[in-house]
Amino acid sequence: MGKTLVEKIFDSHLKSEPFEGTKVLNLDVVMCHEITTPIAIADLEWRGKDRVFDASKIKVVIDHVTPPKDTKSAVQSKILREWARRYNIRDFFDIGQNGVCHALFPEKGFIRPGYTIIMGDSHTCTHGAFGAFAAGVGTTDLEVGILKGVCAFRQPNTIRVNLRGALGRGVYAKDVALEVIRQLTVNGATDHVIEFRGEVIDRMDMEQRMTITNMAIEAGGTSGVCMPDGVTLDYLWPFIAEEYGNDKVKALDAFKAWWSDEDAEYARVVDIDVSTLEPVATVGYKPDQVKKLSELGDMKIDQVYIGSCTNGRLSDLREAAALAKGKKLAPTVRGIVAPATTDVYRQAMKEGLLDTLMEAGFCVTNATCGACLGMSNGVLAPDESCAATTNRNFNGRMGAGGMVHLMSPAAAVASGVKGALCDPREIMGEVTK
Amino acid sequence: MKTFGGKVLFLDRSDINTDEIIPAKYLTEVKKDALGPHMLEDLSLDGFDPQSEKTKDASVIVTRANFGCGSSREHAPWALEVNGITVVIAINYARIFRQNMFNCGMLAIELEEAKIDALFAMANDDVGCAVDIENKELTFTTSAKTETVPFSIAPFDEALVRAGGWVEYADKNL
Ligand code: SF4
Repeated sequence: MGKTLVEKIFDSHLKSEPFEGTKVLNLDVVMCHEITTPIAIADLEWRGKDRVFDASKIKVVIDHVTPPKDTKSAVQSKILREWARRYNIRDFFDIGQNGVCHALFPEKGFIRPGYTIIMGDSHTCTHGAFGAFAAGVGTTDLEVGILKGVCAFRQPNTIRVNLRGALGRGVYAKDVALEVIRQLTVNGATDHVIEFRGEVIDRMDMEQRMTITNMAIEAGGTSGVCMPDGVTLDYLWPFIAEEYGNDKVKALDAFKAWWSDEDAEYARVVDIDVSTLEPVATVGYKPDQVKKLSELGDMKIDQVYIGSCTNGRLSDLREAAALAKGKKLAPTVRGIVAPATTDVYRQAMKEGLLDTLMEAGFCVTNATCGACLGMSNGVLAPDESCAATTNRNFNGRMGAGGMVHLMSPAAAVASGVKGALCDPREIMGEVTK
Repeated sequence: MKTFGGKVLFLDRSDINTDEIIPAKYLTEVKKDALGPHMLEDLSLDGFDPQSEKTKDASVIVTRANFGCGSSREHAPWALEVNGITVVIAINYARIFRQNMFNCGMLAIELEEAKIDALFAMANDDVGCAVDIENKELTFTTSAKTETVPFSIAPFDEALVRAGGWVEYADKNL
């Protein structure tokens, strides 16, 4: 019997199996941000175990509330900053270089196919787009990761999602992600890894793939993975060329060794023809409450938010700006763009994307999680609603009493222009109703 | 090992997420105790009052499916812990929440749906729950009756609970 990509990673990183089915894995990367790590540091100090297993494998960013909004968030940043300095953690990103962790760390070239990665953040599954096993964990797992470089997992089974066909006009990676969650439901992938396969994934760039793996957790998935291929290779090449002696063929062979075998066993296989998909948005407090935008009535919105680890990357801002060009946000709508990283911000500025968006009425904030989790930069008032390119629509997520509608950047811009939830094809000029 | 058992708080809904257990706005706290007053503050459940005596007196939560979904924040089990709740009983959990519970040396017990239904049938009464880890039994007591329900727990999770959590376990064994 063949093995899946995740089974291969588990086998190659197994440190011990203290009980049948419990695998303690050696970790290649432990990522940290200022919300879940300071309390881990404080606990390690309290236990007299303030050490790190390998400073070169720890990547640190201040991203959730940056610049700090109050004394408490300033203290969190300070604890993390001082800890990173104390242990000479070189890969530490503070104001001026920072950005949302799951956009920043790939951009810096820290992810490799076959890696094991943990972070005290549920959307760590994003990095599976590179063919890595990347899982969100809590603070205690993070502590043990920092201290010993290991993490224990029940070996997950794999759900294979085959995506075929071609995306129609106005339909993006985000729509595919939401369709997968709709079909699997919010806990359909619990204790499973979702493997995204097929011609649709093959044609996608790394940013689109990350949009999809990012949301695996919204179906309960331990992680989401794609097979590392030529696209992965090109993205990583500036960081790995030397490692492979400038030999792309050799590198690709090494990547392909991680691929799931043809005869690997899957817990479930789901086939989706994306040609049939339409632009969608969530309506409700669960990410599987997905509806076609063309079928929604008049649902007013108060805010548009473009950003986050799901859809705050350069391609997302290009998509948003392309649609916003020459248009204005409805007077009843506030528009906020938070480029996911500092580099995304600068590049978007060079390309004139920010100018286009500002011309349309958007405000541009620095790179931060901000409103995605309702901590700063665009918190909603009770009974307000937001067309958001984020990944979570829980009750209170963007502010108590607020409603978040998840959708693609294009759909968010279209909704902002209309002042109500809107199929992006309406604004593109192709009337579909 | 922590102590387990006491009064039961019934939360009759599936998919209760960690934002509802402890909202993100309290994640700037770096002390667990500060989370205490905000446990379940944003829970959307008809008739539920996070500040009621019933909520404050509880040591055990009984709920439905996919409890603890969403964010990885361990602040969720901590918010329960500082309020004296060290046992959750549900049909199933989101993976990270379940692991966080055991990593803190707390119990995330899974019972099949019919058993959970039977527990909810008692919910109008005051219900107490005793936990016997040795024999893997839960004993529920109301004014009218006593009912014993067996449960199972994965060996690794039990080892974590007995060690007092994952840091303690990893220290001794890895
Ligand atoms: S952008 Fe949102 S979902 Fe992503 S890491 Fe930040 S808070 Fe979490």
